[in-house]
Amino acid sequence: MASSIRVRATSNGDTTEVQALIQHPMDSGFVKDAKGEIIPPHFIQVLTFEYDGKPVFVADWGGGVSKDPYVKFAFKGGKKGDDLTVSWIDNKGATDTTTAKIQ
Amino acid sequence: MNITTSEFSGTRRLVLKGAGVAALIGLGVIPFDVPQALAAANDKYPEEAFKQKNEADAIKALYGKTAEPSDKVKMDAPEIAENGAVVPISATTTLADVTSISFLASENPISLIATYRIPAGTLPSVANRIKMAKTSNVTVIVEAGGKLYSASKEIKVTVGGCGG
Repeated sequence: MASSIRVRATSNGDTTEVQALIQHPMDSGFVKDAKGEIIPPHFIQVLTFEYDGKPVFVADWGGGVSKDPYVKFAFKGGKKGDDLTVSWIDNKGATDTTTAKIQ
Repeated sequence: MNITTSEFSGTRRLVLKGAGVAALIGLGVIPFDVPQALAAANDKYPEEAFKQKNEADAIKALYGKTAEPSDKVKMDAPEIAENGAVVPISATTTLADVTSISFLASENPISLIATYRIPAGTLPSVANRIKMAKTSNVTVIVEAGGKLYSASKEIKVTVGGCGG
């Protein structure tokens, strides 16, 4: 299965800018389907970005984050060609992880 | 006589306990364990904060204190969101020692949307997309140097994104 995470990390020599797009329904548990039944909550709770074995950014999310979430941040350091690891876990315990090269 | 004995053994136990703790400190077990336990507590997903319905309760559950408005917290958000399911919002601050940035929408069924932990070396600037049930205030909270600073803006929502 293709990864649910698309991540782009670009270094300008001083800082690394990271943009990530994740495929996930992010159901809040407040929305009803066509039959009027509540769609149970299903959303990513923790999204972690690690560089050089240390977290550089951690997102704690609720059901209020949009479907197929997008996030952008930047950190100091990070060299071109180095690995950035992205992983998430949702409220049902599902996880995914991917590693991207800093460009 | 008996009393004296038990008193003596009680004291002896205390002394032994004390010696045990001292030994553990000597071995470096306790100083090593404490920061680890603290780090674990900080890393935990803030489950309670994500259960609170209103904004004030969510901030209290998340940080245990209140925020003061600051013009050093900048929020970039649309005046009008045509689709409440996807509202692009970014926040940035000129404050130093930022440890976290959180987003809340006052009229959402669950006020807290997202909270981002910012380790040292990561810039205090985040962009994301949130859902909004209806027109309401969106608040950004920045935790810097152990204090909370906030910025709020009303965003008009034409079509809600949290059911309905």
